[in-house]
Amino acid sequence: MATYLEFIQQNEERDGVRFSWNVWPSSRLEATRMVVPLACLLTPVKERLDLPPVQYEPVLCSRPTCKAVLNPLCQVDYRTKLWACNFCFQRNQFPPAYAGISEVNQPAELMPQFSTIEYIVQRGPQTPLIFLYVVDTCLEEEDLQALKESLQMSLSLLPASALVGLITFGRMVQVHELSCEGISKSYVFRGTKDLTAKQIQDMLGLSRPAVSMQQGRPLQTPEQPPISSRFLQPVHKIDMNLTDLLGELQRDPWPVTQGKRPLRSTGVALSIAVGLLEGTFPNTGARIMLFTGGPPTQGPGMVVGDELKTPIRSWHDIEKDNARFMKKATKHYETLANRTAANGHCIDIYACALDQTGLLEMKCCANLTGGHMVMGDSFNTSLFKQTFQRVFNKGYNGEFRMAFGANLDVKTSRELKIAGAIGPCVSLNAKGPCVSENELGIGGTSQWKICSLDPSTTLAIYFEVVNQHNAPIPQGSRGAVQFVTQYQHSSTEKRIRVTTIARNWADAQTQLQHIEAAFDQEAAAVLMARLGVYRAESEEGPDVLRWLDRQLIRLCQKFGQYNKDDPNSFRLSESFSLYPQFMFHLRRSPFLQVFNNSPDESSYYRHHFARQDLTQSLIMIQPILYAYSFHGPPEPVLLDSSSILPDRILLMDTFFQIVIYLGETIAQWQKAGYQDMPEYENFKHLLQAPLDDGQEILQTRFPMPRYIHTEHGGSQARFLLSKVNPSQTHNNLYAWGQESGAPILTDDVSLQVFMDHLKKLAVSSAS
Amino acid sequence: MSVNQQAHTGPPYGQPQPGYQGYQQPAYGGQSLPGVPRSQYGAYNGPMPEYQQPVPPQGYFPSLGFPSKGSPVSFNSDSSSLAPNFIGSLRAPPTSGAPPPASGASHPSGHLAYSQFEHGDVQNGIPASAAPMQRPPASQPFLPGSGSTPVSQPSAFQQYGPPPASVQQLSNHMAGMTIGTATASAPPPAGLGYGPPTSVPPVSGSFSPPGSGLYTPYSATQGPPPTSVPQGLPVAQPPFPGQTVSTQRLPTQVPGFAPPPPSTGVGPSSYPPTTGAPRPPAMPGPPLPGQTLAGPPSSQPNHVTSPPPPSALAGLHPGPPMSGLHGPPPPTHPPQPGYQMQQNGSFGQVRGPQPNYGGAYPGTPNYGSPPGPPPPPKRLDPDSIPSPIQVIEDDRSNRGSEPFVTGARGQVPPLVTTNFLVKDQGNASPRYIRCTSYNIPCTSDMAKQSQVPLAAVIKPLATLPPEETLPYLVDHGESGPVRCNRCKAYMCPFMQFIEGGRRFQCCFCSCVTEVPPHYFQHLDHTGKRVDFYDRPELSLGSYEFLATVDYCKNNKFPSPPAFIFMIDVSYNAVKSGLVRLICEELKSLLDYLPREGNMEESAIRVGFVTYNKVLHFYNVKSSLAQPQMMVVSDVADMFVPLLDGFLVNVNESRTVITSLLDQIPEMFADTRETETVFAPVIQAGLEALKAAECAGKLFIFHTSLPIAEAPGKLKNRDDRKLINTDKEKTLFQPQTSFYNNLAKDCVAQGCCVDLFLFPNQYLDVATLGVVPYQTGGSIYKYAYFQLETDQDRFLNDLRRDVQKEVGFDAVMRVRTSTGIRATDFFGAFYMSNTTDVEMAGLDCDKTITVEFKHDDKLSEDSGALLQCALLYTSCAGQRRLRIHNLSLNCCTQLADLYRNCETDTLINYLAKYAYRGVLSSPVKTVRDALINQCAQILACYRKNCASPSSAGQLILPECMKLLPVYLNCVLKSDVLQPGPEVTTDDRAYIRQLVTSMDVAETNVFFYPRLLPLTKADVDSDSLPAAIRNSEERLSKGDIYLLENGLNIFVWVGVSVQQGLIQNLFGVSSFGQISNTLSALPVLENPFSKKVRSIVDMLQGQRSRYMKLIIVKQEDKLEMLFKHFLVEDKSLSGGASYVDFLCHMHKEIRQLLS
Repeated sequence: MATYLEFIQQNEERDGVRFSWNVWPSSRLEATRMVVPLACLLTPVKERLDLPPVQYEPVLCSRPTCKAVLNPLCQVDYRTKLWACNFCFQRNQFPPAYAGISEVNQPAELMPQFSTIEYIVQRGPQTPLIFLYVVDTCLEEEDLQALKESLQMSLSLLPASALVGLITFGRMVQVHELSCEGISKSYVFRGTKDLTAKQIQDMLGLSRPAVSMQQGRPLQTPEQPPISSRFLQPVHKIDMNLTDLLGELQRDPWPVTQGKRPLRSTGVALSIAVGLLEGTFPNTGARIMLFTGGPPTQGPGMVVGDELKTPIRSWHDIEKDNARFMKKATKHYETLANRTAANGHCIDIYACALDQTGLLEMKCCANLTGGHMVMGDSFNTSLFKQTFQRVFNKGYNGEFRMAFGANLDVKTSRELKIAGAIGPCVSLNAKGPCVSENELGIGGTSQWKICSLDPSTTLAIYFEVVNQHNAPIPQGSRGAVQFVTQYQHSSTEKRIRVTTIARNWADAQTQLQHIEAAFDQEAAAVLMARLGVYRAESEEGPDVLRWLDRQLIRLCQKFGQYNKDDPNSFRLSESFSLYPQFMFHLRRSPFLQVFNNSPDESSYYRHHFARQDLTQSLIMIQPILYAYSFHGPPEPVLLDSSSILPDRILLMDTFFQIVIYLGETIAQWQKAGYQDMPEYENFKHLLQAPLDDGQEILQTRFPMPRYIHTEHGGSQARFLLSKVNPSQTHNNLYAWGQESGAPILTDDVSLQVFMDHLKKLAVSSAS
Repeated sequence: MSVNQQAHTGPPYGQPQPGYQGYQQPAYGGQSLPGVPRSQYGAYNGPMPEYQQPVPPQGYFPSLGFPSKGSPVSFNSDSSSLAPNFIGSLRAPPTSGAPPPASGASHPSGHLAYSQFEHGDVQNGIPASAAPMQRPPASQPFLPGSGSTPVSQPSAFQQYGPPPASVQQLSNHMAGMTIGTATASAPPPAGLGYGPPTSVPPVSGSFSPPGSGLYTPYSATQGPPPTSVPQGLPVAQPPFPGQTVSTQRLPTQVPGFAPPPPSTGVGPSSYPPTTGAPRPPAMPGPPLPGQTLAGPPSSQPNHVTSPPPPSALAGLHPGPPMSGLHGPPPPTHPPQPGYQMQQNGSFGQVRGPQPNYGGAYPGTPNYGSPPGPPPPPKRLDPDSIPSPIQVIEDDRSNRGSEPFVTGARGQVPPLVTTNFLVKDQGNASPRYIRCTSYNIPCTSDMAKQSQVPLAAVIKPLATLPPEETLPYLVDHGESGPVRCNRCKAYMCPFMQFIEGGRRFQCCFCSCVTEVPPHYFQHLDHTGKRVDFYDRPELSLGSYEFLATVDYCKNNKFPSPPAFIFMIDVSYNAVKSGLVRLICEELKSLLDYLPREGNMEESAIRVGFVTYNKVLHFYNVKSSLAQPQMMVVSDVADMFVPLLDGFLVNVNESRTVITSLLDQIPEMFADTRETETVFAPVIQAGLEALKAAECAGKLFIFHTSLPIAEAPGKLKNRDDRKLINTDKEKTLFQPQTSFYNNLAKDCVAQGCCVDLFLFPNQYLDVATLGVVPYQTGGSIYKYAYFQLETDQDRFLNDLRRDVQKEVGFDAVMRVRTSTGIRATDFFGAFYMSNTTDVEMAGLDCDKTITVEFKHDDKLSEDSGALLQCALLYTSCAGQRRLRIHNLSLNCCTQLADLYRNCETDTLINYLAKYAYRGVLSSPVKTVRDALINQCAQILACYRKNCASPSSAGQLILPECMKLLPVYLNCVLKSDVLQPGPEVTTDDRAYIRQLVTSMDVAETNVFFYPRLLPLTKADVDSDSLPAAIRNSEERLSKGDIYLLENGLNIFVWVGVSVQQGLIQNLFGVSSFGQISNTLSALPVLENPFSKKVRSIVDMLQGQRSRYMKLIIVKQEDKLEMLFKHFLVEDKSLSGGASYVDFLCHMHKEIRQLLS
């Protein structure tokens, strides 16, 4: 544990947790002065190859309001077979099965290296995974064909026992019955009429006789298969049927006249999908996968009318309050999302179209349920095809990298309270002693539901130190947090993962340097960014930026070393040095800037930002730039216009895009065909190197990034130019000289200017 | 009706009968007495053959005579009155029955003669015979003509005996009578009486030489009488075809008695006129008076009464009793002169007779006093009252041979029961349009006075026999048809070209319109365009125009229509095997969709839907490997789930369709769903057509009351307790207005709905039928559908319904000459304004009845014109206009009106009017209104047209002499007077059915055709002669067939020869005949073949496949059968023909007094 960096890394690997502060200020007042809140990024089901799950039930604290899980931090009296809860100090008896424990014979959960441990528990019947495809048929023939192929392909990726269902929609919504021979049968719904879950179930003939409802669960279970079997069937049984059915899918037959958009009933289709699952498989892992090629144009949830002459809403319209369908549509999808979340199902949205598809309105469906959101130009692109395929990727043990119906319960020691969480989750409204009144993100609860998650799904959880200044914490005592995640593993087992972590307390007045040194600026940047993005969803963009700026200035004031009113004297310690730069790029990022982004794109970016782990999040905030040249091995370079040189090939990874940029000279060489000449094979290798590296990223990332290969002066070079710090612009170009970098035609401030201002403001005695 | 109407008749007669009985044969006595008539009749039946003979006019005479005897009242129907009179007498005859025998004995020869006549025309014969006896009394006149009388008497007797049989004849006679009616009968008598003898002989002569020969004689005889009569009538008569006819008949009658009865009406009267002149003289003075008697007789024709009088007379002297009736008569008679004039046409003769009668009358007068007695006298002899069978036969023989050429204005076409060819020479064929009268009163006052409704029954797309050519299709290119600028009437043969052909004057509104340059043509010296014969629209009554885009919805040429088959797959439908049956049938039936002209394949597209509580649409696009089913559960808000692939071309999608039809029964084989929806089904079809932007037809196969939660959900509201209350009308009204609105939407889209119902219980036809009805669709109902027994009927109906010619999205407008206007419409359609009849679909069987009212004066010179223009989309999607033109005469004399009426059409109108009335008024009110209107019609005739005669005489216009019998049938129909076994659904079903019927259908529906199968000539193609619908006409040794357009009954008498049973049913005895047979077994013997060919032929004539029911005499099913013997008293309280006639007479007398 040489450095905090290593400590942090180790903790992250073991527990999937990164705190903004790794030494905690011991009083409420001090904590608020730290500017960056005490918070953590938690990856609940982080893949742990070295963590074999244990096959028994966790031992719980017997206090009803606590129910913390026995963990290495608990004090254990091996003689009396008692253990003391480290959260509520309740003394508990070990269960009979633990009769044999002793200092040398400890159960796994008491060993320090098992601060994170996973239990497999037997609870309730095991239900197969459910995949319900909701497919838009208002697509171009080519697109539809590609989509059909992808869907057919996906059947082979599903576990044989998984249940699949198919809903198609266009002007109407069709729920396909999969169990019939000889004739394909579907239930059709009008695309303009919202139906209650009850109506939907009645119309699909899913209503059970009232009797069985009263008889309760035991009887329902045997009845379920026949009832739902018409629409949801095990893959192995209807593999061929469904393949044929998908093959026969036709484009929506209703004529679309000139100047109109096709009528697309996305809102109703989703509503029916939700209602179908709600009625048949509540609280079971299920994915509703929506594939849509355009905006909903009718019925509840419509985003734009079918007149092509009225364009779909832009940020400008929204600011002017000119998006007439937005509020209603958003409300519709929110209601659906909440229902879906309540049932433990999730909704994926795969939207492929050149224009917007209404992700802004529909985003909550994915955001609240942990579903995926994928945006592409067409279903007939490798971006979609591979991304979709990757949904069904399998982990090291041959299991899907997805989990369902997770219930995250957070427990804290009494000096801490829980302020909220930001991520793909919904509140379970579990009030308790450790819930703070101040909310950050989704607050007011100590439990959240995450309907779907994968090993990289990461939540930001914010805490509040409630210990009063005048009640010092005993030296050497530690604050503890326990995360209990119950979820349905993709193998359909129920599992519980328990992570218990502890950090030292420190008095900020006397031990500020400890706290400072234990600052995790990366985690802090991401946590602050999440807060900012979360705010941006509901507040005006400029307000959020101002808030961010203020926070940054306050942080610099607090932790910078400077003489008052002397900007040049300003210094930040190493643990804070990168933070302002992150903030600079965050301010420029599409997560906060809507200029040049459509509302859909903003929603898309924010969606991913709110669920990716720290590393990916940082890439999103500040893209990575690698340079390839004859001057040496590939190296990361500054994300700065000065890095753009004629004899370099640049590889930029923004998470959403992989840009390969050939410098001017390189591009000319390539045009001249040197790479094809044997004597310039090294040039060929140089050209190939970034491609290979890019490919590697493309292979692993979900969703697959947009791959852009461009060169100096190419139109697509804008992707690069818009990201780099505009240190050279048309304004200062000549002053800087031409030999290095490429000028960016922008009025944006550069990092240098930003830093100058920051210093000035930080040292100013005025604020 | 001297007969004193019903009430009286029965008893009174009965009483008298006793007396008569003596005369009459026992049988008669029996009959007359108790009113048991039937049984008695039955007995008579036995005699049938004989009867026929008796039937002859003679009967009438006798009746006359009788009347005097028993029922003084003689009816004097008008000329026909004679017949009627005769009728009266006829009845009397029964009484006299005894006499007949006697007479028969005594006057065998005479009888024979008569009988012959009778057969032929002479119904009178009988009366005569009787008459003689009786007459003496009644007919004092006769006495005078004693010589004749005797003759007549004999005949009369015969008649009596024969009555039953004769009845038919009588009816015939009656017909004749009716025609010439008053006169006829009267005359005859007269003739008889006076010239009688002579005449009589003629009769015989006539026999051999059917009417005509006789006629002449008659005329001759008549001639005299006419004198007075002649005046107006004669002349007029000749012109009228009808009259002529009558005349002819007369002859026949004459022979019989001739004069009176048969001719009675018609012949005599009309003829008389002509000839009449002469007669009058002879008869005149005296006659008239006597006529009174005669009148009775003569009047008898119409007037049933006369008979009574006669009896009165006869008995008469005892007669007084009859008197009631008589009473009046006498007085009237006196006035005869006047009468003669009026009755004339026919009357001429009548008068003649009357005079004679007069003589008799005198006696009658006495009767008159006796009035009271009349009633007692007894009932009318059924044979003496106008017989539909006779009328039909006469018309058939007189008019069936020559083509009906439509060139002349105001021609009365042959009856619907007559087979005839039509040659279109400027007026529409009667197959397209029939009118209640072909001579319209010039003023509304006249029209009101007569109370004869002016109506046309239009069947715009009627099927023509193969010998006639379809309307030519005229294509005027882009400019479209030439029309009047003001009233928009279409170019037709009556448009007048002026100014050398540069302009034409509209024949409807007189507006002058420029002839478009491309249409210009020079006129020849007669003012006709030289291309007159090249252009159908200038030379024909019916033709079609190709419509331009201006005539199309949304200014777009229509797409070919579509057929959508919508099948109920609820538990009942599946279990009964119906679903499988339909699916199997559709597989082959789809090859027979209607095609236009010589197109290779039908342009019609098809679609399929099944439903129970939810709807299942099927995608049968040809590119699919297997059909796709789409379930729509949102029945509250129906929509069509697919567009492409729902409506397909049969040949292109054949394999998919076949696969679908194979699978439907399997898919629902295990269904447990019993609830159904209905309105959403129609909505679905409607939406489908909307989406496809075409018109079309839905074929819905439905089994139960739609009680599932959905729009248009119905509840069971069947409540028999409402019958005969003010709320009865609610049974005919729809439960909810929902369906009316739906129908409106359907019409707007051109969505026609045909509904096939298979109920096992009440399913509210009144409500379910709203949409089919208002969209011009049809309803077919198969109660308690069973595969084995009903499948043939259903499949045949379905096949025909699918294959028949049909037009879509139709709008019909009837334009008329200034002066009259179409004011009311009856039929299956929807009207959004007061002039346009809109029909989503219109097939070749659908008929619209249009009523006209005056709004100004018409002129005799120009007549009145009708133009019916039907805009529709053909089955290939071509927009067309079908035009029918008809020119009618106008008159200032009521007599002309009455002479040119058509009773069948009138009944068609009255039935539709009444059937609509039940929606808003209590049934009793409707019935009373009907009776009242008819009484007014007849009273008006009596008052203004018939020759003066005793008020006790019932005088009917020749053209309307069947009005009472037919009207009675209407009144007794299930809708207006339901029996206990008739369900509410049946009534609603019948009500809607009748509303779209044409004249031929209403004719047979109300007065079913009863054929003695055992009389069929195995070797010829012809049908056996029909007999009257009365139980007394049935012989227990025979097998009969009765058809009314919906059902065929085969009635088997208990003592039918075993051989026949074996031949027909393949079983050895009566007891082994199964009455669950739905078809006759196919046996290889001439009798079986013949019967089956008859059945097949009848089936072929009707638009619906009739249900075959085997009825064994004295079996429980017989009750059902008896319901259709419409001349008898019905179990539900309907009056017998005789009773009703008497009642009618009473009503008329009340109106007159």
